This record gives sequence, structure tokens and C-alpha cells, in this order.
Amino acid sequence: MSMIEFEDVQKYYGDFHALKDINLNIEAGETVVLIGPSGSGKSTLIRTVNGLEPVQDGKLIVNGQDFANKKTDINRIRKNVGMVFQHFNLYANKTILENIMLAPRIVLHRDEAENKKFAMELLDRVGLADQANKIPAELSGGQQQRIAIARSLAMKPKCLLFDEPTSALDPEMIDDVLNVMKDIARDSNMTMLVVTHEMGFAREVADRVIFMADGQILEDDSSETFFDGEPSNERARQFLGKIITH
Amino acid sequence: MISIFQNYGGLLLQGFGQTLICSIIALFFALVIGSGFAILEVMPNKLIHGLAKAYIELFRNIPLLVITMFFYVVIPMYIAKISGFAAGTIGLTLYSSAFIAETVRSGIQSVDPGQMEGARANGLSFWQAMRYIVLPQAFKYVLPPLGNQFINLIKNSSVLAFVAGMDLMYQGNVIASDSLRSMATYLCIGLLYLIITLPLSYYMRYLEKKLAA
Repeated sequence: MSMIEFEDVQKYYGDFHALKDINLNIEAGETVVLIGPSGSGKSTLIRTVNGLEPVQDGKLIVNGQDFANKKTDINRIRKNVGMVFQHFNLYANKTILENIMLAPRIVLHRDEAENKKFAMELLDRVGLADQANKIPAELSGGQQQRIAIARSLAMKPKCLLFDEPTSALDPEMIDDVLNVMKDIARDSNMTMLVVTHEMGFAREVADRVIFMADGQILEDDSSETFFDGEPSNERARQFLGKIITH
Repeated sequence: MISIFQNYGGLLLQGFGQTLICSIIALFFALVIGSGFAILEVMPNKLIHGLAKAYIELFRNIPLLVITMFFYVVIPMYIAKISGFAAGTIGLTLYSSAFIAETVRSGIQSVDPGQMEGARANGLSFWQAMRYIVLPQAFKYVLPPLGNQFINLIKNSSVLAFVAGMDLMYQGNVIASDSLRSMATYLCIGLLYLIITLPLSYYMRYLEKKLAA
């Protein structure tokens, strides 16, 4: 069953053609890594999947619901599609525990005791149970990002989107975040779409690697073909060469 | 001054009460209406944004006295009889709500857009995100300028004097012409305004410090 389906999707910012003829099908449970030079449209693409960026043309179906259909309730799509941002975007006015419990409480109306129990389990899973009563500003970037992941998981989504989750972190914190993400990727029910430059992560857990440049998908390979074989696209080969020698 | 208090205590007290009641009513509704229009103004829908903007610009750029006279004179002609107190309070509410709307809007826009995005991606609706995440942070930013608006509102309630609103300023005029001691009278009136505005001013400062902690 496919979770995310792009069919000839076009996206414009005014006159600028940000996404060109995007065709992409991501099956439920797949882990897909999206790479490419900056300005290639990979963040734009991932942000269209939960409607943060509207698309102007083409068909975009997420979890069986069509974005082009005016009757589609965007909030319903978002219940099943979590997102983790480069700059965490934790709620600055709430404690860590409240950050995780808020959406399940007011969107899903989850029972309060159950909500708290699950939130604490998630905090435990990301290794931050002892930080429950702090506010986001008191935590390091790596800790905040792990909380952001826990906050997304609290909604029990079918699909998680990661928009450069480690790009704003100090090097020594990146591994903690990547380990949590690898742990999630091993869960075969979760669909993951990850924009990242962490090639080690991509090689280890990605089922597929997609290379984008200039708003187009230039390469769509299995992870083995991409890393161990040769990408057929010249720009993808060059990009890979640069990123791995660094 | 003491003799003014002794001889006209009843009138002063009545005026003080009317000013206080008018201020509290206007403050409450101006805050609710102003915050409402602030939210409408930041909504992505262009039509709603335009209507909110029109409301704010209209009431922000017409003198308070003109708005008040409009309600005092025009409403009774076409709709219903309305007291000076009611006309003044409505005028003051609408006038102040426009300023409060602009203040709250600037507060909303100073909250990191990532907060709204994070909340929307987390499944919250626009209104839920506003209520639980954006507005609480925005109010923290706007507390100092909001305090100024509240104090302006109380002082502007003296507009009631023009429409026989029986407020402090109105009674001051009555007392001054009756006692022929203008200076002492208006000193008393000023003092009574300070009794309302100074504690409010200190309370807003206290809130500011408490929320900053």
C-alpha cells in the first residue's frame, strides 16, 4: 500500500518553479532518504507532504487522502503524519512533558492518565525521562530534537517526516538523535521520509535514496545501488563523491 | 482641596464610580474585541485580513470624541435611546480595541513562525495553535505596551464628560462651576484618576516581571 504518492506535482513560488514534475511513490513502512544540494527543493518537497507548502498542480495523495480535493481536512492528514524540523520548534511556553502531551490531549482526546503514561514511555525511549519538567530552552539542541521526535511519536503517526533533523546540531549530539531515528526506522510499520546529509544513516537504514537538484528528482535508487553501485545520474555521482570524501 | 472633598464628596464618589465602571467594561471588551481582530488580521485569508485591517484603521484614525458623539447622537435617531454613559463606553471600547488590536498583532508576529508550524504539523488546528501556543507567548511580549493602552483607556474615559456620562470629569466640571474653585477641583479630579491608574501601572509592571521570570 502506498503512503505517499506524487503524480506530476508542480510547485511555484511566484514565478520560481520550485518543484518540477515530481513523480514519487513511497510504500507504507519504507524509509526513504532525500538528498541533494541546498536549493534543490528537498525541504520544499517534504513540506508539501503535510501541507505546510501547498502544491499548485498535479496529484498528491497522503495516507489515502488527496490534497487537491477541497473536502480533504488537512488536520486529519496531519494526525497521521508527524514532522521533525531542523530548528525543533518545541513549544517555548510549555514544559517538556506538556510539549508531548498537548496534541494527543486536544486533538485526539486521549485519556489523561494514558496520555501521561505514554508520554513518559516515549521520554524514556529517547533517553530523557529525567527532563520531563524542564522547559525547552533549558535543554541542549540534541535533547530538544529528541523531544521533538517524542512529540511526533506521541500522535502514533503512520508516517514521519524529518527535515534536516541534525543540521543545526553540534557534532557530538548528532549521534544521539540518529540513534533514536534508527530505532524508529527498524519499526517496520513506520514510513519515514528523511532529508539529511548523514550518509552513514542513509546507508544503514534507508531502503531507498532519492537525489534531487533544481527542483527535480534525478535519481531514485535502492540504498545498495546508490552507495555500492553507481548512481546513473552524473550530478548524483558528483554529489556523492563530494559528500563522502568530506 | 479638603473642603472640596468635604462639600462635594457624594458627587466625587459617584463620578469616581462611573469612571471605574466604564473603564472596567471598556477594558474587558476592548481586550476581547482587540485580540479577536488581531488574530483575524494575521489570518492567511486575504478577505478576512482586509476586513480586520479596515476595522482597525477606521477606529484608530477617527478622534474618540467623534466616535462617541456618533453613538450619542446618531444611534438614538435611528435605533434606540441610549444614555451618555452607554454611548461613551461603546465609543471608548471600539476606539481602544483598535489600538489593542495593533499591539496584540505585533506581539503575535514577534512569536517565531516555527511555533505555529510546529503546532500545525503536530496536528493542531490554526485556532488551537493560536490559543495554546502563539497567544500565550505573544501576550508576554505585549504586556508593557498593553499596560500603556490600559492606562490610556482609563484617561480617555473622561470623554464621558461630553455626553453627560456622569463620570469623574463631568462631576469635576459641575463642582468647578458650582464652587468657583477650579484649580482645587481639578487637582482633586487628577488625584482621583491617579488612584485608578497608578495601581494599575504598578500591577502591570509586577505581571511583566513575574512572566519574565
